[in-house]
Amino acid sequence: MNIVVLVKQVPDTATERKLDPADSTVDRAASDGVINELDEYAIEEALLLKEKHGGEVTILSAGPDQATDSIRKALSMGADKAVHLNDAALHGSDALQTAYALAQALGTVEYDLVILGSESTDARTGVVGAALAEYLGLPQLTLANKVDIDGTSVRIQRQTDEGYDVVEATLPAVVSVVEKINEPRYPSFKLIMAAKKKPVAKLGAADAGIDTARVGLANATTEVVDFAAAPPRAAGTVVKDEGNGGVQIADYLAAKKFL
Amino acid sequence: MAVDRILPTAEAADLMELVRGLVDGELVARAAGDEEKGRFPREVFALLGRSGLLGLPYPGEYGGGDQPYEVYLQVVEELSRGWLAVGLGLSVHTLSCFPVADFGTPGQRAELLPSMIGGELLGAYCLSEAHAGSDAAALATRADAVDGGYRLNGAKSWITHGGAADFYTLFARTGAPDSGARGISCLHVPAGTGGVGADAPERKMGLRSSPTAVVRFEDAVVPAANRVGDEGRGFGIALAALDSGRLGIAACAVGVAQAALDLAVGHSRGRRQFGRPIGDFQGVSFLLADMATQVAAARELYLAAARRRDAGRPFGRRAAMAKLFATDAAMRVTTDAVQVLGGCGYTSDFPAERLMREAKVLQIVEGTNQIQRLVIGRHLARGDE
Ligand SMILES: Cc1cc2nc3c(=O)[nH]c(=O)nc-3n(C[C@H](O)[C@H](O)[C@H](O)COP(=O)(O)OP(=O)(O)OC[C@H]3O[C@@H](n4cnc5c(N)ncnc54)[C@H](O)[C@@H]3O)c2cc1C
Ligand SMILES: Cc1cc2nc3c(=O)[nH]c(=O)nc-3n(C[C@H](O)[C@H](O)[C@H](O)COP(=O)(O)OP(=O)(O)OC[C@H]3O[C@@H](n4cnc5c(N)ncnc54)[C@H](O)[C@@H]3O)c2cc1C
Repeated sequence: MNIVVLVKQVPDTATERKLDPADSTVDRAASDGVINELDEYAIEEALLLKEKHGGEVTILSAGPDQATDSIRKALSMGADKAVHLNDAALHGSDALQTAYALAQALGTVEYDLVILGSESTDARTGVVGAALAEYLGLPQLTLANKVDIDGTSVRIQRQTDEGYDVVEATLPAVVSVVEKINEPRYPSFKLIMAAKKKPVAKLGAADAGIDTARVGLANATTEVVDFAAAPPRAAGTVVKDEGNGGVQIADYLAAKKFL
Repeated sequence: MAVDRILPTAEAADLMELVRGLVDGELVARAAGDEEKGRFPREVFALLGRSGLLGLPYPGEYGGGDQPYEVYLQVVEELSRGWLAVGLGLSVHTLSCFPVADFGTPGQRAELLPSMIGGELLGAYCLSEAHAGSDAAALATRADAVDGGYRLNGAKSWITHGGAADFYTLFARTGAPDSGARGISCLHVPAGTGGVGADAPERKMGLRSSPTAVVRFEDAVVPAANRVGDEGRGFGIALAALDSGRLGIAACAVGVAQAALDLAVGHSRGRRQFGRPIGDFQGVSFLLADMATQVAAARELYLAAARRRDAGRPFGRRAAMAKLFATDAAMRVTTDAVQVLGGCGYTSDFPAERLMREAKVLQIVEGTNQIQRLVIGRHLARGDE
């Protein structure tokens, strides 16, 4: 069972994140890059499946040079190898183009299953998985909080507001995960050391057979035309309890349709 | 704010990131509650083992991390920032492994070290006795030669991890009762050995999550192959282990002091009196400045000693100086942190008072600070490092 995990490096949500005013893309130099949180769950799930079924776990990440830090981190959690898709032509690609580029890069790897986070913490479009499955012509199972595989098929619990659906597909398939699925492990120092020796294939657009006319800011199908900071939060309503505080709060909540 | 460290390698930087993640994710939130209950977090040490942190300064060929002391000690510091019971526990474990790692035969190393430094086992170091604390060479626990091994009898006091450890590194008398420092030998004693037991842990001022107990040896027999180093050479081994162990205690002290400093600085910005943050008052800000200076100086002193050790140079005097200075600094800094927090500082709702109680023990263990001065003075008199 060979599994590819898609890993996006995103700005650390704990630090101030900025957009580059020149082209409205994420200013990646402005804050520390970390593995997109849900992708850590995706890695953990792949490692758990590998422990049960054997095979190899490969990390695939599209991103600039500094994404190597996140790739190394993913390898130090226990993944076996990585593919780093890195080409200036990809800068500013939108979700559709990113999915196309990732689909092309997947052509260089053998896999039975692709696991990814259900959304990133920076752009948060949540569509890369769907677009990728479409490009690959593979079934897509979304929002998994449990994944089981046998030799030929994958079955997930798809998290819903009410509970979960059980969804099944034949392999190969694309699965996106939610954080309920597991508890990502800490890397170990031995794996940190071992990670330095694990193979990382560096791919340019040409190596992956990517048509550069279909990627990059200039060719994007969507454009971020403007952005603004969220307005500062308005001061809250203060309820002074003069014997009827409870009633006032209930009225307030009812007015906001919470009750 | 994370301490900005200059680390020698990229792998050391990754290691520190891993440790910071463990501290912030697993230690900080639990420390206060477990300390209150006196609960020993054995599973945290298992996690340290799984993460490869129980043998950092020891050779990779036996499952260690091949890290210089400069890096290993900063790991101890970082863990102690979150929870002294864990940082000090790691330091004592490392101390317990030292005799086999540095004085063991190749056979002993190959057989014992992988599980001691590369797994999840936890060690204890048994030197002090009720009547032999600072004067450790007066110890009376016996190791009498019997057919094929040694029979152990006696009691060791204040043993960290006593009753919880998987192995005891024991210093016992093989010579005549009046043989002094020359009649002591070092033995590796697995915790499961018949006749080895521990009393209920002591009730302590602080560091309550780290069990400290009397360990008793009653006709316990270990094979001769468990003796580490020659007969009669044990006291030298004990002191050599303590030279390095002291650096661990210095690192623990810096971690505790750093936690107190961070807490005080944070509080001084948020707490307002007389219409402004108390940190705006020079009286408070100068106090914080002195605290920060002491923490930084203590860190540099232990790192300087560690770098001497890593370079293969004598470092005993510097280690004693670092232990003395860092633990005294931790006592002052934690006391001042309580002051900066005012009434909050004196309540258990904030960690300041706990840090102050933790700092105190560091002036006592692995040689009281009076004994450190004695060590430094002897080095000076002999004119060596
Ligand atoms: C402010 C802003 C707004 C944007 N708005 C849009 C928009 O409206 N429409 C649009 O098409 N693009 C938009 N983009 C561009 C978008 O960030 C990138 O195209 C990105 O690759 C799309 O993915 P996502 O982060 O939304 O992925 P999601 O679909 O949210 O991510 C799901 C998963 O896909 C995987 N993944 C995503 N990117 C990568 C990668 N580079 N390498 C490996 N795995 C990856 C990860 O596993 C991730 O968990 C915007 C960018 C910014 C900065
Ligand atoms: C929490 C905790 C954990 C411990 N863990 C361990 C452990 O894992 N293994 C272990 O072997 N021991 C351990 N100890 C014991 C510790 O090392 C001793 O307590 C310490 O060495 C001091 O010995 P003592 O308590 O007998 O004090 P004493 O030696 O009785 O000292 C009492 C006072 O006299 C002073 N003094 C003594 N001699 C001199 C001198 N020559 N000149 C000037 N002043 C002097 C001391 O500085 C001290 O102030 C631990 C102790 C504690 C509290």
